Order: sequence, then C-alpha cells, then structure tokens
Amino acid sequence: MSEPVIIRVSGLRKVYRAGQVDVQALRGVDLSINRGEFVSIVGPSGSGKSTLFHVVGGLTPPTSGSVEIDGVDLAKMGETGRTNMRKTKIGFVFQKYNLLPTLSAGDNIAIARHIAGKADNSDAWFLEALKLLGIERRLDHKPRAMSGGEQQRVAIARAIVTHPAILLADEPTGNLDTQNSQAVLALLRELNHKLGQTILMITHNPEAAAFADRIVSMRDGRIVN
Amino acid sequence: MLNKLVMENLKHRPVRTLLSVCAIAVEVTMILTQVGVSRGMLEDSQRRARGVGADVWVRPPNSSVLSFSSASMNEKLVEFFEKQAGVVLATGSVSHGIGGIEQITGIDLEKFSKMSGGFRYIAGGPFRNPDDILVDERYADIHKLSVGSKVKLVNREWNICGIIEPGKLARLLLPLPVVQEMAGATGRVSQIFVKVDQPANAQRVIDDLKQKLPDYKIYSIEEFTSLFSASNVPGLRAFNGVVITVSVLVGFLVVFLSMYTAVLERTREIGILKSLGASRGYVLSLMVRETFVLALIGTVIGILLTYGTRVLVNFYAGPSLTQVIVAEWWPIAAAIAIGGAILGTLYPAWKAVQQDALEALSYE
Repeated sequence: MSEPVIIRVSGLRKVYRAGQVDVQALRGVDLSINRGEFVSIVGPSGSGKSTLFHVVGGLTPPTSGSVEIDGVDLAKMGETGRTNMRKTKIGFVFQKYNLLPTLSAGDNIAIARHIAGKADNSDAWFLEALKLLGIERRLDHKPRAMSGGEQQRVAIARAIVTHPAILLADEPTGNLDTQNSQAVLALLRELNHKLGQTILMITHNPEAAAFADRIVSMRDGRIVN
Repeated sequence: MLNKLVMENLKHRPVRTLLSVCAIAVEVTMILTQVGVSRGMLEDSQRRARGVGADVWVRPPNSSVLSFSSASMNEKLVEFFEKQAGVVLATGSVSHGIGGIEQITGIDLEKFSKMSGGFRYIAGGPFRNPDDILVDERYADIHKLSVGSKVKLVNREWNICGIIEPGKLARLLLPLPVVQEMAGATGRVSQIFVKVDQPANAQRVIDDLKQKLPDYKIYSIEEFTSLFSASNVPGLRAFNGVVITVSVLVGFLVVFLSMYTAVLERTREIGILKSLGASRGYVLSLMVRETFVLALIGTVIGILLTYGTRVLVNFYAGPSLTQVIVAEWWPIAAAIAIGGAILGTLYPAWKAVQQDALEALSYE
C-alpha cells in the first residue's frame, strides 16, 4: 500500500508584478508527493522551481490553484494561516544557511522549537537526527565559528526539530564545496531513509538531484516530466 | 528563548546598545536632576523658613510665597505687631537680590537671635563693624571662605565675621539697615516674623491680624512652609515640564533611530524568524523586549548618574542650588523613559512585522 499524499499541488499559477509587467512564474503546476518521499525539482534558472518552493513553503501566496500540505490548503489561507503552517508543518533549508548570527548553533535549533511552541530539543527522534547530522559537539558555537558544511547541518537540524510534515531544501549545497555537498546530500538521504522525513529539494545540479527517489523537471513555469 | 535572543542581539551590537543606553540614561538623569534641584531648593527654603522660629509669617500684599518680594512693608508694622495681644516678639528682614537667585538678607541680629534661638557659630561671631557679614557653612565651604576672608558682593568688599550653621533664614546675612540702604528701602522690610506667647494661640493671632490688615499675606509657619511646592513657584512647573519633554524627546529620537537602524540591519534575520513561523506578535515582542531592556539598563544607570550630578550641582552650582535625590521619582522617570523608548520603537517594530518574509530573506 502506498504512503498517503502529503503535498498535493493542483493547477498552481503564480504571477509576479515586476514594475509594470506581469511575470508568469508558474503556469499551472500539478504535483503530488507522498509521505516519506525524497523528491528533487530540477530546472534551469527562471523555470519556476524557486517560486514553487516559496509557494509550497507558504512564503508567498499562489495567484490561483491549490497547495495542500498534509490535507490543509495553503491557497485558502491568509498571512497568519501560512505563518502557522510554516511553524508546524514546514521546515526550510536555504542555500545561504540563514542561521541567526547572534545565537549559537544549539540556540538556532532551540528557537525554531520555541517559535513552534514546543518545550525542548530532547526527544529521541531529534537526538537520533542530531547524531546523524554529527553536530552534537558544535552546538555551543556561533555560526561564524563554523564551516559552511557545519552551518548547513545546523540549518537541517533546525528545519526538522519541529517534526515538520515536509522539509523544503532550496539549493542546499549551492554554497558548499564538493566534499561538504556530498556529506549534506547523504545526510538528507539518511534523514529520509532512516527517519522517514519527506523532503522536497530544489536544485539545478543533476548530481545533487540524483540523491532523491524521484526527480521532477520544470521549464517555463511548468512541470515537464 | 526570546529573552536570550534579545540579550544576544544587544551583545552583538555593543556600540548601538551603549549609545541607546547612554541616551536613555541621560534622559533619566536630566529628569531626576531637574526634579532633584527643584525639590532641593524648595526643601532648603522650607528648612530655612522653619529655622527662623516664628509662628506667623507676614508678607506684603500681592506677593507670592517664593517670589523675591521687594521691601514694601513699612518697618513700623513691626512695632504694630508687637503690640498685638498674644504676640511676644516681631522682627523684620529685607532680602536683596545679588545676581542669579542669590540674595543677601538684612536682619535685626538681636531680635532675630531671640526669635530663632540664636545662630550657632562654627567660627567667628556676630557683626561688629558695618562691613561685617555672616555666611553659612555651605556658602563658606563652596567659596572656600573663613573668618577674616574678604568677599566682594554688590560692588562692595565685606569682611566675614562669622560662619554660621545653615538652616536659619538665609545664607548671607547683614545688619538690617545696611541692606535697607543697599536696596534703597530705608524704613521698609520685605517680610515680618511674629512669635506668639503660646503656639496654640497662633491661629487666633492670625485671624485677628487678618482682620486688621486684610490686604497682607499672613500665614502660620505650617501654612507658609506647606506652600513651598513647584506649583507655587512661578514658572517652575512649566520649566520642569519643558526639561522633561526635551529629555523624553531625546530618548525617543535616539531609540527610534537605533531601532530603525536595527530593523534595517536585521531585515534578513527577521525574514529567517518569519520563515520559521514567527508571528507578527513574536517579532513585535522581540523588538519591544529589546527596547525594554535598553530602557531598563538606561534607567538604572540614569539613576546612578543622578548621584554624580548631585555632587556636581552641590559643588559647582553655588549655594543657592541644592540637589536632592528624589527616590519617589525613580519609578516615574523609569515609566517616562521606558514609555518614551517603547513609543520610539513602535514604528520600527511595525516596519519589522510588516516585512514580507520572502523579500526579507533575499535582503543582502
């Protein structure tokens, strides 16, 4: 029996206003991702993959269509609803890590949990994830004292600490050297295999995309295969 | 956790934090110093009025309690008061301004000593020559004077014949006729002090005097000293208001600028928080807490600095200005500083909560 669908995108359109011109970033995207899947979205610049990432992540509303995350339609939500969705169901990993520079690695993780209204970071699932990420000994360090690979692993830990329904990764290896890229991608795959974390990764790198179970290609705001 | 982020943010930008704290501290110090000087002057005046030893205080018609009234009462009124039933002693004094708020006061030393119980001489003794002057200990300390020193006042050189314990009417005392002549008020006095046979009879004497001299300001000593408040000093309340308003404006503007810059600097961080699901309330709370901590630290330092300004005012500003520490104003000054700072953070905080998460995340 297949896993239930956790992300269902139907007829998704997104039009940006750039100056006086309307830019059609997404032109009717349909996509389903099952719980526990690791999916890569690939495509050239301007294909709409980042816009899809932002809409699925609730960072920007769609122009039309629906985006259901764990059975809840983001398209029908206002800013507050999307904020709550990000808090409880979505974890982000960005290309530039986006850690808070004033907090230690441990506190960067803790604040995500605090925002989500959860007490501490000590549940067994998360401790297992920390082991996988190999950052237990770096939790007291500030981001500036960590390498890019370490920062990205902290960002991954922060993204999953709230047990999100989906982990969205936007070019997670874009700022890393080959060795660290491989390590981060392997970690994402381990999180997916060992802990069942659903992952949607945006990348333009075919090698990175190959770490996923399924690759979805985009071009000109549409899914092409 | 949020408090930890607040503290880490403040530590992360020490210069901005220091400047904001200093501005708030100066605001609090200005408020407390202003209040302390006003209160100090009033309390000092009150203490010196009580030190006269009179039961009844008479001032000219149309004079206010703390105004430097001219010597407009006929000196013969002193004799008139002494003849009244229940009055055992009356004496007059003349006050003459010598620049700023300093005054020189002329007294009938013999009668004044009888009324007040006499001066306690720390050094020297009473007037012996026409150019002798008595100064109180505070005046002598500030001006580093001792008995035999010469002091130039009103274009004339005076010889310090005695240094007296402070707290009796004035800091600079001369024989009554000398000041009358100096003020061009021969035969006139500024105020008359009356002592009654029994304190219990004071009110009866006052009622009687008011009937006979309806235009004159006649107070019991309790009533007179109770009138030493900011509201009875012409312009003092308004002056305090202006100083406090300027202080609040300074604090408000510095905090506004500081938090506005902080929001710009932290656009990306605010975007990160929003991507993690931080609500508008969460971001607002972060900003307000940060301001609150700045204002609180600034207030504490401001209060401590007030002890420093007291030393400076009391040492450098001359004997007429006395600053006291007014502890009951600490919470008021804190409320003003914290309120002003939070007001100054509202617009920057509003800008922060309005930021689009996506735009904020792509901010470089």
